[in-house]
Amino acid sequence: MTETHPRLKELKFTFYRIFRNPSAIIGFTLLIFFIVVAIGAPYIAPPKYPHNPYRMPHKGFSHTPKPPSSEAIFGTTSGQYDIFYGAVWGTRTAFRIGIFVVGISMLIGVTLGTISGYYGGILDELLMRFVDVVFAIPMLVLAMAIVVAFGRGLDNVMIALAMIGWRSYVRVMRSSILTLRELDYVQAAKIMGVSNLKIMLRHILPNGIYPVLVMAFMDIGSMVIVAAFMSFLGLGAPKGYADWGQMVALARNYIVGPPDDPLKYWFAIAIPGLCIILFVLAWNLIGDALRDAFDPKIRRG
Amino acid sequence: MAFVLFGVSVLIFSILMTFSPERRALAYISSPQQVKDIPMIVKQFGLDDPFHLQYLRWIKEISSGNFGYSVVAGQPVWDAFWKYFPVTLELNLFTSPLIIIIGIWLGMQAGIHYNTSIDHTTRIFAIIGWSLPTFLFSLIVLMIFYGYFSVFPPGIISDEFTLFIKENPDKYTQYTYLFTVDGLLNGRLDIFWDALKHLIMPIITQVTVVVALLLRVMRSSMIEEISKDYIITVRAKGADHKTIYHKHAKRNALIPVVTVAGWLVAFSMEGSIAIEIIFTRQGIGWWLATSAVQLDIPVLMAVCLFFGLVYVITNLIIDILYAYIDPRIRLT
Repeated sequence: MTETHPRLKELKFTFYRIFRNPSAIIGFTLLIFFIVVAIGAPYIAPPKYPHNPYRMPHKGFSHTPKPPSSEAIFGTTSGQYDIFYGAVWGTRTAFRIGIFVVGISMLIGVTLGTISGYYGGILDELLMRFVDVVFAIPMLVLAMAIVVAFGRGLDNVMIALAMIGWRSYVRVMRSSILTLRELDYVQAAKIMGVSNLKIMLRHILPNGIYPVLVMAFMDIGSMVIVAAFMSFLGLGAPKGYADWGQMVALARNYIVGPPDDPLKYWFAIAIPGLCIILFVLAWNLIGDALRDAFDPKIRRG
Repeated sequence: MAFVLFGVSVLIFSILMTFSPERRALAYISSPQQVKDIPMIVKQFGLDDPFHLQYLRWIKEISSGNFGYSVVAGQPVWDAFWKYFPVTLELNLFTSPLIIIIGIWLGMQAGIHYNTSIDHTTRIFAIIGWSLPTFLFSLIVLMIFYGYFSVFPPGIISDEFTLFIKENPDKYTQYTYLFTVDGLLNGRLDIFWDALKHLIMPIITQVTVVVALLLRVMRSSMIEEISKDYIITVRAKGADHKTIYHKHAKRNALIPVVTVAGWLVAFSMEGSIAIEIIFTRQGIGWWLATSAVQLDIPVLMAVCLFFGLVYVITNLIIDILYAYIDPRIRLT
């Protein structure tokens, strides 16, 4: 058996392309690190409140952050919340936000985009006009309005982002369906009497999904950024919740230390900040490498 | 275009309508004693009427300039808007040209020097710029330039000048409400310089973040143009570097960039929210975020409509620009 399935062969080549790219290697390393931290969170930082592990433990109520010590290895932030604990459990929060928001957006977007692109007609027209309207307001602004209407909280931020996030997937999916729909092999399948559903699922989706996948990877990063900013403003995670954006908000009044030592409280901002940056960077690097690997124009180059 | 604005207004209004009539009635009262009047207010303003009736009434109010009262600003939304808008406009007047020039230039260099160290450096810059949330980047800039070096202050203008402008309306006229422009027009270089100093940190942040996006688009479109046949022909004819890249490739490479311009504008507006919050500049973004936190609903609605309007205008400009830069569109 020397002959492998062509799709498998292509997949193998894709993986080869991805792992030849140094940015993908850095990205995957970072991602694996975060996955390990997220899974091992109960062992790395045992929760003080087992029924509610996302609540950060705090010793005392002093507003001034305390530098790293043997007790709290990353120091404590304003309100004496343990930064190390927050950083570890915040990884889980970040994964939850990214995967939930992008998963739901992708599901809605790909379904609507495929149907709209494949069938066309009045349905397509109506849907696209609706997408135009949703696109007219920047994501963050619309998300703020929805969160205010639904009430504050991390869950509502996630729902709001998922309610808006699908808009770009519809467009990307639809445009790739529009070109695929006219190709000979799809026409041939149609003539042979293959059902519409089967054509969509088996023949069009596997070929048209790549741009969507690249976008999804990039999107996880930007969704985490938007959610972090909303937590920073006080619309998302409540005070003391293990969320990186919320931790930056706690330290916000301590950006500038006393005059003789202006960078005294750097750790309170830098550690949760670095977590956000590295997490987003991981997804962006992978997304960037995937785009190069999937792009037929530079794929074989 | 008009349809998009109409759609935006319906969308915004639907979000507003998820509040109970009693909750919306709160917008009409100004003191705690009036709470008992809420059922009356609901009746009086018809807050439990069917959706379309309330929508039509709202549109009528808006078209006569009545957007409601902003608790955050302490004045009607319409008046408050004109107070905050110049601050946002001023920042964008400074950043937009910088973003366009730097972004296109860097993207071109990266595209011309594809797969060399220049390309890789800009690639790293772009990916980091993309991964760095604007609010964190603003905090870092604030930490360095204000905290550590204390060279640039946050805010819009120093207190002494705010006081001076308030107390001397005869000596200082606010023509445009842009402090840098007004400072120059009044011949007050110190005010101009002070306002500019307050602008430096926001400019650094905004330009870096948006350029990182723009240069990637420019780069990939440049690479695509350079690999086309007509460039090979030009090269074969012996044209010099400037003719190949600036005269031929750049012009065609700009078309995809114009396509994403609307997206860049939206991104800048999102970024300006974080920038205005962190550098305490009381502009539209600051107003919006503060209103969201303090549940100042009329402001949210008005600002959403404003962003919708900006989107529509931007797309109109893009369509015109298309015709300008691409004769194929103009002539068909």
